[in-house]
Amino acid sequence: MDAIHTFLEVKDLKTRFHTPEGTVYAVNGVSFTLKEGETLAVVGESGCGKSVTMMSILRLISIPPGEIVSGEVTYRDRNLLKLSESEMEHVRGKEVAMIFQDPMTSLNPVLTVGRQLTETLRTHTNMDEEQSRQRAVTLLEWVGIPDAGKRLTDYPHQFSGGMRQRVMIAMALACTPSLLIADEPTTALDVTIQAQIIELVKKLKQDVGMAMIWITHDLGVVAGIADRVIVMYAGFIVEEAEVDDLYDSPLHPYTTALLQALPRADRRRDKNLKSIQGVPPNLLAEPRGCPFAPRCEFVKERCVNENPLLIETENRHKVACWVNVKTGALR
Amino acid sequence: MTRYIIRRLLQAIPLLLIVSLILFVLMQNATDPLATMGGRTPTKPEDRQRLTRQLGLDKPVYVQYFYWLVGNDWTKVDLDGDGTAETPGTRHGVLRGDFGTSIVQTGRPVTTVIFERLPNTLILMLTSEFVIVLGALFVGIYSALRQYSLFDNILTAILFIGYSMPIFFVALSSMYIFSINFQRWGLPHLPTVGMFDPKVGKTTGQILVHMILPVFSIAFISFAAYSRYIRSTMLEVLGQDYIRTARSKGLPKREVTYIHALKNASLPIVTIVGLDLPLLLGGAVVTERIFAWPGMGRLFIDGIDRGDTPVVMGIFMLIAVAVVIFQIITDIVYAWLDPRIRFD
Amino acid sequence: MTTQVNTPITVAEVEAPPLSLGNLTWRRFRRHKMAIFGAVVLILLTFYSFGGALFFTEKYSNYTNTKERLQSPNAKHPFGTDTVGRDILARTIYGGQISILIGITAAFVEVMIGILIGAIAGYFGGNIDAVLMRFTEAMLNIPQLLLLIVMSKFFSGNVPNINILGRELSGSVIVIILIIGVTSWPYLARIVRAEFLSIKEREFILAARATGTSSWEIIFKHILPNSIAPIVVSATLGVAGAISLEAYVSFLGMGVRAPTATWGNMLENAYRYIETAYWLWLFPGLLIVLITLSINFLGDGLRDALDPRSRTV
Repeated sequence: MDAIHTFLEVKDLKTRFHTPEGTVYAVNGVSFTLKEGETLAVVGESGCGKSVTMMSILRLISIPPGEIVSGEVTYRDRNLLKLSESEMEHVRGKEVAMIFQDPMTSLNPVLTVGRQLTETLRTHTNMDEEQSRQRAVTLLEWVGIPDAGKRLTDYPHQFSGGMRQRVMIAMALACTPSLLIADEPTTALDVTIQAQIIELVKKLKQDVGMAMIWITHDLGVVAGIADRVIVMYAGFIVEEAEVDDLYDSPLHPYTTALLQALPRADRRRDKNLKSIQGVPPNLLAEPRGCPFAPRCEFVKERCVNENPLLIETENRHKVACWVNVKTGALR
Repeated sequence: MTRYIIRRLLQAIPLLLIVSLILFVLMQNATDPLATMGGRTPTKPEDRQRLTRQLGLDKPVYVQYFYWLVGNDWTKVDLDGDGTAETPGTRHGVLRGDFGTSIVQTGRPVTTVIFERLPNTLILMLTSEFVIVLGALFVGIYSALRQYSLFDNILTAILFIGYSMPIFFVALSSMYIFSINFQRWGLPHLPTVGMFDPKVGKTTGQILVHMILPVFSIAFISFAAYSRYIRSTMLEVLGQDYIRTARSKGLPKREVTYIHALKNASLPIVTIVGLDLPLLLGGAVVTERIFAWPGMGRLFIDGIDRGDTPVVMGIFMLIAVAVVIFQIITDIVYAWLDPRIRFD
Repeated sequence: MTTQVNTPITVAEVEAPPLSLGNLTWRRFRRHKMAIFGAVVLILLTFYSFGGALFFTEKYSNYTNTKERLQSPNAKHPFGTDTVGRDILARTIYGGQISILIGITAAFVEVMIGILIGAIAGYFGGNIDAVLMRFTEAMLNIPQLLLLIVMSKFFSGNVPNINILGRELSGSVIVIILIIGVTSWPYLARIVRAEFLSIKEREFILAARATGTSSWEIIFKHILPNSIAPIVVSATLGVAGAISLEAYVSFLGMGVRAPTATWGNMLENAYRYIETAYWLWLFPGLLIVLITLSINFLGDGLRDALDPRSRTV
């Protein structure tokens, strides 16, 4: 499975927003790699920079007020950040597709579903109107929309939330991309629908054989989907590990706290769920020490003054923390 | 949809009645039609009394309004002004399409008087609106796409100045520069007032040349307001999730802008245009005065000055009905553009 | 003018540094350079109109001297003289006082009526709302300028001069203030109604109601203070609107009567002299442009500062 060349490599990505209230340091030097066909989960609280990171990769950040300050995004030997806007248009939707959190607002309300599906095909392929229409019907059937042929002329508001997300997925997969970025695609849906959508995406991923980045704030869904997990906090990656490693031996206090906040079937019921004390940090200033320090139960003096780098501790398990959580001592 | 239109029209009836009643009462007390009647002012008290009776102005306001509304052909009027009503009335009333006759242009039906002037106002207004909407779309979209750029900032400032200018100032300055001073400097210049040069006659070319300054003045003001509105509407739409989706699909920028964004942005724009258009009918008062343009605005001012209630009321009603009709048209266009709206 | 952050991260999500509302408003306002410019120009114009009164008496501004009529700007009359030989500089000073007075008081009348009608309609809803909104719609069905002209004519019969603070003013000033106020409120009423409709469903209002607070107390003590931002912005822009409306009506010869000068009525008939005497319209016209521009800038800055989510039109 290992490709010779890099499939996706993000190096030292920094994104900021210049707002009236000041500069928001949204992404502060994020680096990671992704192999072909691999599924990566990106976990963190809302506002931790996980969506901005992915949107920066596809250059969907509006500039201004956004600014990608530095970094490299190498996708199949091309630095996406250096491409021209029209070259980028050939990557988006065709090679790297994205689905979003809220299917209610992510579809254009005044265009038919058919039109929104076929325009992607017409943009990236040589299909004529009839071919793209037929392909659209196939796509809708594929994502499990009954009576697909008739529904092409319907507008988004005529679909339920779950069905709309299926339409979104069909749109994203229209050109069989090699990477799908899913930005909390189930957050806005009912729990039962969530499970259906997750199952659907897993099935489609197998069909297409694409790589996937799944953004979520819910560690619960990660286990069933991902190969590897990145935990983000305040625009930094604080931990990165194989999914089992992360669950079994989390190395960062933040990950530990997140896991403790998670209800688990293998834990005893009477054990109280823990919530993380404090509030997410203010991103209006560049942090000096470790951004998690104010909320961390292991905090040491060094944490307040110096921000730890992401270092590999054991087999492909990386963490950014001065403290060894198991011993409570400095590394 | 037919049911919707009928319902809206029915709803408009009480509205129009309230509007007409208020205006009628205001007009009756505002002006003295006898003072300037037909250019000859009756001085003798008995003449005044006779005329007052002949015109029915001796009746209480509510009776006069009632006659105006439903006519007086079912009762007798005092046509010779001797104090007793003996002649059957001839008016059919507004409800039956009779807007009465002008007092100033004695005996001419109000509808004739108004429709004589209406085309002149319409040609000015529709041309202006066309220029405004087209220009504002161009500028508004362009600057929304380049938010915070130098162009956007300069344009915002200029539009703000235009937005704050009273129309008479624009009209007077442009007339002063482009007709008077250009003439003085021996440059090709624009005509100052009127609709055509009497020496040349009412040709299309003449009307076009005479339209330039009035259209410029009207357009200048509204252009600023419209551009600002379109810019902010576009900015709002461009920040929506579905635009991000469209971009994430790799659609070319022009498709994102002109199909995904503009179709959504056109909804509020259609509303504004639909509500503004009929009000423009009356908005030309000042422009027509300055440029001596023989339109409805001047007819209105003359009617007010001389107490020609039937004509003034006719103009008011024309505008009020136009507003109602344009609201319905706007709703229909809106529903056509926005699939979420249905008429049931 | 509104800030657009096109991303899932919104400023609201980022915890803002602890700043008081007043502080925050001032910070946002200060960044708005054009609003600062507007405020400065407005202060200068106020100084011009009220400070200028120290150099000329009102009597001088109304003094007609037919021997000196239609003089172009010169050393004695820096802005020239009008058709009856009055000094235009002195008249712009005293006219400015009246124009500013009209702007502020008419906007005040507008705001009072607008709040009252909007609040009642929005708070009580139902039939009261339906009737009031029909009436508001009826007002919007007629171009405001035409309505102003008719009303001005209606009240213009014989308004006596009045005496305010030892100054003899044409009674038509009061008429104009009232009719501008009475015809301007519909837009504000709609804004206030919309605010009331949304605020009255919030928890703290429901709580106040549950504890038996009276309707008037809820309206004036609980809801109104929470909808003050759009009202302040509309009131500010209303001042500019009133000043230019007065100018329009007076320009048509149906506004404030002589001897009282306003920037608007100085323009009356000026267009007849456009070929010979540009100074008749240029100076009062420029002053009107300056004051409406500066107030609009100010209002826009206030909108950004107080009510950052609202859309600029």
